[in-house]
Amino acid sequence: MNLQLSHFSAAVLFGLFASVIFGITQRSTSREQIRYGLYCFVMFVGGVFVAGWVMWVLRR
Amino acid sequence: MANSSTTNETPVSQPVTAMSVIAPAIGWLIPGAGHLIQKRWIRGLLIMGTVGIMFMLGLAMQGRVYRPNGGDILDILGFVGDFGAGGLYIVTRALDLGQGAIAHATADYGTKYLIVAGLLNFICVADAYHIAIGKKP
Repeated sequence: MNLQLSHFSAAVLFGLFASVIFGITQRSTSREQIRYGLYCFVMFVGGVFVAGWVMWVLRR
Repeated sequence: MANSSTTNETPVSQPVTAMSVIAPAIGWLIPGAGHLIQKRWIRGLLIMGTVGIMFMLGLAMQGRVYRPNGGDILDILGFVGDFGAGGLYIVTRALDLGQGAIAHATADYGTKYLIVAGLLNFICVADAYHIAIGKKP
């Protein structure tokens, strides 16, 4: 099997998996776990966009 | 001094129970199982699915599986990360997967997926231990 994801989809999937584990392990109650997991995911995806724009600026 | 009252406190030692040894061990061997044997069903299944899928995606992307080595520090750390996946790593090595030549850019993502899946499982092992000693609900 040879799976070839784009850079963006690989980064988003990475953020999703890491966020699930961070949410479960870093908070105690279910509500806090969901909130923290979502927060981490937004930060991951936001970081991808910020890094993308930084690279676009550097390339110019 | 403001903090002088806290310096004399002795750390409270946690009791060593069978569960505090078994849960991390089985959680390393089978990702998520450390939570499942403590009846944290949803957390356990989420961990099992997340770490398992991440590891398998890494293999599907032709990621490299590190072998035990004493060479470059990054190779050693790569092995430590991979080894965190426990049983998934053992099965992968037994089937001799993840040893192909890297032929495209996304294979490097695959290598990182494999390492991070193991590292995330280490965090889950620590979490299973904290649940076992009663530090976390």
